[in-house]
Amino acid sequence: MLVWELDKTRPICPQICEQLSVLIAAEEFKPDEKLLSVREVAVKAGVNPNTVQKAFEQLEGQGLIYSVRGSGWFVGADTESAKNTVEELKYSKTKDYINEMKKLSLSAEQVKEYIKEWSE
Amino acid sequence: MSELLKCQQLTKDYGGVLALNYIDLTVESGKIIGLLGPNGSGKTTLIKIINGLLTPTSGTVLVNGMAPGVETKKIVAYLPDNSYLNSWMTVGQIVDMFTDFYEDFRPELALDMLKRLGISPEAKLKTLSKGNKEKVCLILVMSRNALLYVLDEPIAGVDPATRDYVISTIINNYNPEASVIISTHLISDIEQVLDEVIFINQGNIVMKKSVDEIREEHGKSVDELFREVFRW
Repeated sequence: MLVWELDKTRPICPQICEQLSVLIAAEEFKPDEKLLSVREVAVKAGVNPNTVQKAFEQLEGQGLIYSVRGSGWFVGADTESAKNTVEELKYSKTKDYINEMKKLSLSAEQVKEYIKEWSE
Repeated sequence: MSELLKCQQLTKDYGGVLALNYIDLTVESGKIIGLLGPNGSGKTTLIKIINGLLTPTSGTVLVNGMAPGVETKKIVAYLPDNSYLNSWMTVGQIVDMFTDFYEDFRPELALDMLKRLGISPEAKLKTLSKGNKEKVCLILVMSRNALLYVLDEPIAGVDPATRDYVISTIINNYNPEASVIISTHLISDIEQVLDEVIFINQGNIVMKKSVDEIREEHGKSVDELFREVFRW
């Protein structure tokens, strides 16, 4: 499920936040379930542990996750902010896609045709 | 956070060639830092001075507050750019040698990492492939419980899978008390694990910045920025 595909031209920290939000919104980790540790995420994503720590702290600031001293990080009861992040991602990814298609001189109508073809 | 490394007005003059040109540099604990620069920029000279293998022409270097010497070698784990180990020794003998030599060496950690790679302690160093030799050297260095790890070109000349191994070994051994300095010109492979980069060129430090700051400000990967800064 998790691919940890990171875009090196954007700061890594918000990307870690996004990916964890996607996981939580998809209920891969449910409220009060233990999350991966900072080190596990760092190794899996191949990124700096300090960056992951910072991402966890930001998600804690949003109230999405909480830490229990000595036992790690857990998903909070309110996963609303994760769902919001996912909504924003859906919007921005679609926008990116449409912009790419515009570069290929496809009109919105033609894009719809392609999407229809693919979803059948 | 303490200052693990402090260079002030550090200069190295190789008879008219300035390898380091009045460098000021501070490295704090808990960081993974990339020392990046083209060939001949002064990376290895700086690293050798930190390790007491070269003496500066002028200026000072302090490692955890001490000038390089016997005491700093106890807290600095150094991976040189080429191996100094005797190729006729077995991996196990080298582990024993490191155990005798360094108080902070953790042989059980080294043997465990070797076992997971399927490298037998009975194997002689000279029978190992280049990639496995490099892995053994890295394992020996990372098995020390040091304050400062200095890795000179740990990923040059190894295949991508070995590179991934090197990177995950560095992440796995991360310790907030210690810092890791990695010199390399293969930036795109390693930039994701770095906190900060130091760009060095012709003996001058041209930039010292957090990597996420670079991505934020320039909208570029560190590799792209490097190519831009060092375009010739």
